[in-house]
Amino acid sequence: MWNDILLILDGTLRISVPFLLAAMGGIFAERSGVIDFGLEGKMLGGAFVAAAVAHWTQSAWLGLLGSIGIGIIFSMMHGFASVTKQGNQVVSCVAINIFAMGLTVVLANAWFGMGGKTPQLPKEARFLSIELPFAEAMRDIPVIGEIYYELISGHNILVYIAFLAVPITAWVVFKSSFGLHLRATGENPLAVDTTGISVNKTRYQALLFNGILGGMSGAYLSTAHLGFFVKDMSAGKGYLALAAMIVGKWRPYSAMFACLLFSALFAIKDKPEISEMLKGLVPLNLIESFLEMSPYILTVVILAGFVGRAVAPKAIGQPFSKEK
Amino acid sequence: MLSALLLAGIIIWSASQAMAFKPAVLFDMGGKFDKSFNEGIWNGLEKFRKETGIKYREFEVRQEAQREQFLRKLASKGSDPVIAVGFGQAAALTKVAQEFPNTRFSIIDMVVDLPNVQSIIFKEHEGSFLVGVLAAMKSETGKVGFVGGMDIPLIHKFACGYVQGVKHINSGITVYQKMTGTTPAAWNDPARGAQLAKTMYDSGADIVYAAAGGTGLGVLQAAADNNKLSIGVDSNQNHLQPGSVLTSMLKRVDVAAYEVFKTGHDGSWKAGFKILGLAEDGVGWALDEHNAKLVSSAMKNKVEQVRKDIIAGKIKVHDYMSNNKCPVQ
Repeated sequence: MWNDILLILDGTLRISVPFLLAAMGGIFAERSGVIDFGLEGKMLGGAFVAAAVAHWTQSAWLGLLGSIGIGIIFSMMHGFASVTKQGNQVVSCVAINIFAMGLTVVLANAWFGMGGKTPQLPKEARFLSIELPFAEAMRDIPVIGEIYYELISGHNILVYIAFLAVPITAWVVFKSSFGLHLRATGENPLAVDTTGISVNKTRYQALLFNGILGGMSGAYLSTAHLGFFVKDMSAGKGYLALAAMIVGKWRPYSAMFACLLFSALFAIKDKPEISEMLKGLVPLNLIESFLEMSPYILTVVILAGFVGRAVAPKAIGQPFSKEK
Repeated sequence: MLSALLLAGIIIWSASQAMAFKPAVLFDMGGKFDKSFNEGIWNGLEKFRKETGIKYREFEVRQEAQREQFLRKLASKGSDPVIAVGFGQAAALTKVAQEFPNTRFSIIDMVVDLPNVQSIIFKEHEGSFLVGVLAAMKSETGKVGFVGGMDIPLIHKFACGYVQGVKHINSGITVYQKMTGTTPAAWNDPARGAQLAKTMYDSGADIVYAAAGGTGLGVLQAAADNNKLSIGVDSNQNHLQPGSVLTSMLKRVDVAAYEVFKTGHDGSWKAGFKILGLAEDGVGWALDEHNAKLVSSAMKNKVEQVRKDIIAGKIKVHDYMSNNKCPVQ
């Protein structure tokens, strides 16, 4: 039983990584007042470029760099359309998602001729699990050793980076002076402007972080968790990350817990022993369907204000112009 | 005069129709390079194209709404015969086939009972039974797994055949079964596939059979990463992760698709049902240089014996879709 719990928690961590990275990226953008559900597109684009670059260079790190690059390109496109040109931010996000869906498949076909798949990466060109020091030695120590061995050790580097991204995001957004500008820009851009700080520049800076994190979430899928890209492989994870961000009320730690909660639901659903246990007691597919839709139900419930209130940054979705 | 002209027109038109053999195919959501079901079809059609030099039209469905739209487009452009790939096309085909009664349609993986439709279905439960036998003989932990794509009766048919095969060898073996999801996205989510397989391996399973399209690629990856075994599906997937794919359940959709164009070309195409099982070599298991080391001669002999027994009717494999129930779990 104890071991099963550890395995579920271990699974939870693995599943949560793309959600976590994307949700942190979302917090940067939305806190500055720019809607971002183009996370799905950035994740997909990042996954493709990471796999392609890692294949050519045989280096997962260069692949990661590539995914960050495409993430930034996408977020700058979003910035150009919605910040500089003051276009509709939602439309711009949809455009990025559709663009990413099409572009990745077309380029993958053109470059690799495998119909939207990239070649299988060898182990050397992927982020593999890292055994932390003393993990094997501590394995037999009850509780602490087991947690260290099963839960904390044995993940790939991107898992650790993702969990490091949370305190970093929290620090930048809530403790640094840039974060103060960022949040003020999202709440009251006019006031920010009167202090002589450029609203648009702040939003572009926020989108830079957004692109970095969004792209990285894709690299995790194609070069760490798996060793290839296939079309549409983000499969809605970007939207789920957005939901986690909203459930977490645009706060990094709360969003992290929302990501972990959603992932835990999947991990519990996946555990075969639990299905075996419930078999015969209740219709299994009912439970599974319920677990599957609960993140979305939770998002709707929280947005509707039943459980605490999720208040979005005031100026979200509004382009800023000095004339107004 | 007018009617004579019209008649002549019709004759010329129909003659030109007969002369220009314009076959077409509408692939399903997975896309023609899914390394699995759709790709098998594509391989068969490419074989036909290379042999005859006859080109064919093709479309890939990306959304539900496109099924009907593309089928109608193909039929109205004079394509014939038209292959509709996958169970999902049935509703759209039922509609379009009635609108174009002179066009010959073949649907793979589903039954559409119309005078101008040929329904090709496979006895996947028989092929899955064989890979179940192999899994049971190979397993050292007494636990094996199954990862399905979208939760539909067809995939339960794979699962049920597999479980029967496993239990045929050893009724004490536990079979973990999971479906990836309830929407078509479940065919294209390798990250979930890898996660499901990893969870099964962590729970003690050492072989996982994936019948999940692109999602299955994640299962194969997870097997390779965890030094466990996987079983591929539809096309021969042994080469995708050499040394960790125990075998692949072959569904010879390539042969079926090739046959449609070939019989359509030589005029022997017939509407009605075509059910392809072990006896017709419509399903089977894959043995090549990539998995030769994994399959012992005892396993080979046993599975061949079982194959013969199924063909001879000595072993009855239950078809899940006959009553939407599986006798074993």
